[in-house]
Amino acid sequence: MTELRQRIQDVIENEPVAVFMKGTPQFVMCGNSDRALRALREAGAPVAGIDVLADPAIRQELSEISGWPTIPQVFVKGELIGGADITQELAASGELTRVLKEKLGPDYRAAAGERTVSLLTPA
Amino acid sequence: MSTQPLQVLLEQAFPDATELSVEDRTGGGDHFQVTVASPRFAGLALIDQHRLVNEALAGPLRDGTIHELRIKTKGTQ
Repeated sequence: MTELRQRIQDVIENEPVAVFMKGTPQFVMCGNSDRALRALREAGAPVAGIDVLADPAIRQELSEISGWPTIPQVFVKGELIGGADITQELAASGELTRVLKEKLGPDYRAAAGERTVSLLTPA
Repeated sequence: MSTQPLQVLLEQAFPDATELSVEDRTGGGDHFQVTVASPRFAGLALIDQHRLVNEALAGPLRDGTIHELRIKTKGTQ
C-alpha cells in the first residue's frame, strides 16, 4: 500500500465525517462539493474537508479504495454514504440526521463545524 | 458526447427500466443528469442504487467523457 493510500484510509477511519471534495470548506471549487457540504452543514455535521485537487493521486487512490468514481465522497465513521446527490436526498428526507445520530451519537451537533485536513506529508 | 451512447449503456444495464432518461445539463456534452426507475432498485440502499448506475457508466466515467454526473434513481415494484 502506498503511503498516500494509508493516509487517506486513516482520515476515512478517524474523522467522524470526512468529505473528499474539490477545494476546501472555506473555498469550494465545485458545485457538487458545495451541494454536499451545504447539506452536511444544515444537518449540523462536524465536517473534515479534504481537497482532492491538492494532488491528482488522491482522487485516484480514493476511488480505488471506495469504488466510487466521482467527487465529492462523503464518509461517516469510515463508511461511504455517497456523493452530492445522495447526501442531498438523505438530507431532504431527514435520513441524514438519523444516520449522523446513529453513527456519531445523539449529541453530534455539539461538534458541528468545518475544518480542512491536508494529506500532504508534513515537512 | 451526446446523450445517446449513455442512454444505450443504461438501457443495456437496466433492460427492465420503467423510466430512463439522460439529460445534458449544460449543452456541453460532459455534464449529465441521468434518471433511472427500475425494479432492480427496490429494497436497495440509495448508495447501492447509485453504484449500479456508476457501474453501467464506468467506461465514460473512467475516460473522462463524463465530467459531471448527477443521478436520480427510483425503485419500482
